[in-house]
Amino acid sequence: MKLLDFLRGERKKSASVAKERLQIIVAHQRGQRDQPDYMPMLERELLEVIRRYVKVEQDAINISLDRDDDCSVLELNVTLPRS
Amino acid sequence: MAKIIVVTSGKGGVGKTTSAAAIATGLALRGNKTVVIDFDVGLRNLDLIMGCERRVVYDLVNVIQGDAGLNQAMIRDKRVENLHILPASQTRDKDALTSEGVEKILDALTEDFDFIICDSPAGIERGAQLAMYFADEAVVVTNPEVSSVRDSDRILGLLSSKTRRAEQNRDPVKEHLLITRYNPSRVDGGDMLNLDDICEILAIDLIGLIPESEAVLRASNQGIPVTHDQKSDAGQAYTDTVSRLLGETVPLRFHEYQKKGLLSRVFGGGRR
Repeated sequence: MKLLDFLRGERKKSASVAKERLQIIVAHQRGQRDQPDYMPMLERELLEVIRRYVKVEQDAINISLDRDDDCSVLELNVTLPRS
Repeated sequence: MAKIIVVTSGKGGVGKTTSAAAIATGLALRGNKTVVIDFDVGLRNLDLIMGCERRVVYDLVNVIQGDAGLNQAMIRDKRVENLHILPASQTRDKDALTSEGVEKILDALTEDFDFIICDSPAGIERGAQLAMYFADEAVVVTNPEVSSVRDSDRILGLLSSKTRRAEQNRDPVKEHLLITRYNPSRVDGGDMLNLDDICEILAIDLIGLIPESEAVLRASNQGIPVTHDQKSDAGQAYTDTVSRLLGETVPLRFHEYQKKGLLSRVFGGGRR
């Protein structure tokens, strides 16, 4: 079987690709689970504002809300292109 | 007090109704007084799978709106004693299903039954939310396929926040994973997610594994829940699933790839 794979050019099995993709997207989804409903909207609007000044891609912005016991921290990460 | 179990998945076509019918039948065969309710208002199909489509007179919405009594709307299963079906309505008005109405029905049923199985529609709209809202336990039906696994995870998120148990801060809904349409040969070939991977990603306990089986289509064609086909792999796998729901420990079957021997290659595998 191994030899066969080698001869075929050792293509990565599609199931393991599926697993990796799922692990990433599920982790992402879980991060959003406890977020308030306004988060996607907030993210969109923040992106709009930033775009007025800098040209950034859709995925260049990362927003997350972390909750501690008595306060929440809104974290905003924007990757700016090299100017 | 009946135990309320929702059969849900998010994604459509993964085998919710087949599973709800098979599990309800299995529970009733074990002597439990069981009712299975179709929450898919507008697209009812549970009646077809249960083989009682010609006996539907009143439905869930009729009961909610007071046009019929619960006992008039419930259909007694022809094959198994103790099994009842409450069909969904074919109305296009989705708002006909109200939270108060559903609660009233479940409250009335909980006195007389051991198990109430709620067959959820696909999606995360009202019907699906109401099907899960009052649940004590959830069977999350998942195919070994990326979109199904992802949607199942979304449903798990809703189960932990948008249910009565979550809102009242009671013990959370007990979540079970039911993998359907599993094809051990494709898993062995590396082109299908294996069950350990799915369990790892979704991180909930496995209640059963139903192999991809010809018996399932055969069963739905005839309107006989596949649990009755005890010669089939799928029928036996559902019986195992029911045993586990009842708290028994049953080893997993039908998940390993059996290489075909020379004889079965020559003569073709036996029909399962």
